[in-house]
Amino acid sequence: MAESVKDKVIAIIAEQAVLEPSDVKDEASLEDLGIDSLGLVESIFAIEEAFDISVPFNANEPEKSDFDVSSISAIIAAVESLIAEQSNS
Amino acid sequence: MKRVVITGQGTVNALGMNVPDTLEAMREGHCGIGPLEIRDVDRLAIQIGGQVKGYDPDAEFNRQQIVLYDRFTQFTLLSAREAIAQSGLSFVGDLAARSGVVLGNSGGGMNTLDENYRTVYEAGKNRVHPFVVPKLMNNAAASHVSMEFNLKGPTFTVATACASSNHAMGQAFQFIRSGMAEVMITGGSESMLCFGGVKAWEGLRVMSKDACRPFSANRNGMVQGEGAAIFVFEEYEHAKARGAEIIAEVIGFAMTSDAADIVMPSKQNAARTMTLAMQDARINPEEVGYINAHGTGTAANDKTECAAVADALGHHANDLMISSTKSMHGHLIGGTGAVELLACTMALKEGVIAPTIGYEEPDPECALDVVPNVARDADVDVVLSNAFAFGGLNAVLALRRA
Repeated sequence: MAESVKDKVIAIIAEQAVLEPSDVKDEASLEDLGIDSLGLVESIFAIEEAFDISVPFNANEPEKSDFDVSSISAIIAAVESLIAEQSNS
Repeated sequence: MKRVVITGQGTVNALGMNVPDTLEAMREGHCGIGPLEIRDVDRLAIQIGGQVKGYDPDAEFNRQQIVLYDRFTQFTLLSAREAIAQSGLSFVGDLAARSGVVLGNSGGGMNTLDENYRTVYEAGKNRVHPFVVPKLMNNAAASHVSMEFNLKGPTFTVATACASSNHAMGQAFQFIRSGMAEVMITGGSESMLCFGGVKAWEGLRVMSKDACRPFSANRNGMVQGEGAAIFVFEEYEHAKARGAEIIAEVIGFAMTSDAADIVMPSKQNAARTMTLAMQDARINPEEVGYINAHGTGTAANDKTECAAVADALGHHANDLMISSTKSMHGHLIGGTGAVELLACTMALKEGVIAPTIGYEEPDPECALDVVPNVARDADVDVVLSNAFAFGGLNAVLALRRA
């Protein structure tokens, strides 16, 4: 399951960055991958659709959001915890 | 005052995916109106339209672009590429700063609205794609043209229903004539052939179920179309200095409001607008060889427009030609004046008058030479292009042979 979440998130980010999934490294930031603010918002939409979760994110104050987008591994961890939280509710 | 010439034109509409194909279809009197191929068409009372068919967005745009471009923006960009390529212009430095984009459009991204209303209302989903707003806003097309071609001067969209494109082109003309801009990319687009777009028009009970037959006694309403036409308007000395091919000269423009009724046209104000356009162009009625009519095929418009032409042009109304190409490409609403200007430049440059097709029975209330069914060769120096919109907003352009 954990592997599948990671693969799906990486696939979404890779499509947005127009890269191969193998080129999306865990430690990379969105900026490293050339994903701008509009691309981030679209990625979050794709993540919400893929996992049927709601991602708390306001583009006006990304640093205050609970959703950590500082690196690919941070995004994957955040998605995993949202899935765990929201599947219980 | 500066002179303004047209040095490029491009289009996508039901008659063709470019200008040469569209003009060929107009010369042949081809009808681009046919059965609509859209979702839930079986629930529509009106099932015909001038739809752009056989068009594959994926062949023209990449995924990144398609998520941001509604169909009306796609048509606009394809038309702008054709027009600007023909002009031979590239926009850098001072020219970029002094060149802009003014486009006509009425409904904005109607397909985007339709699809996303389905998502939240019909499918009951609580989430829509994040680009719905930048995709549906009706200045999106003008902005994307500005971005693709580096146009940094005055850029905006005009929404005056069926007169949107004429108002837009009139603005572009005035900006160059006054010296405010060097080049303006102008024209307009529309794409509201979706379930909600057609359903709304159905409600007004002015649509034909079978054909658009302007000026014909048995006409029974308008037919919607979709597409875009884009022109490069350029200051004359600038075009001449670089040896550009000049398609036609824009010589006058007028706009008025009826201040009377939200849907019914006004003979008096339609006539007044044509007169003002001729005055602005400093021409006499006798010089006008052809009028591209608003000619919607509704009972109200066509008889009102013919009476207005008779008032504004006097006896000369009997000697000129007037046709409505909406019979072929349908009514493109906010984009219609732009596609119709192609018939005007064809008349001036190629000496061919586009016909009014679907003409079956003379109407004594439309007793002008409406160029019925078959295109005609004619030597024409000056043309007018009429647009009379819902809301009582009138806009008439005057063009002269280059």
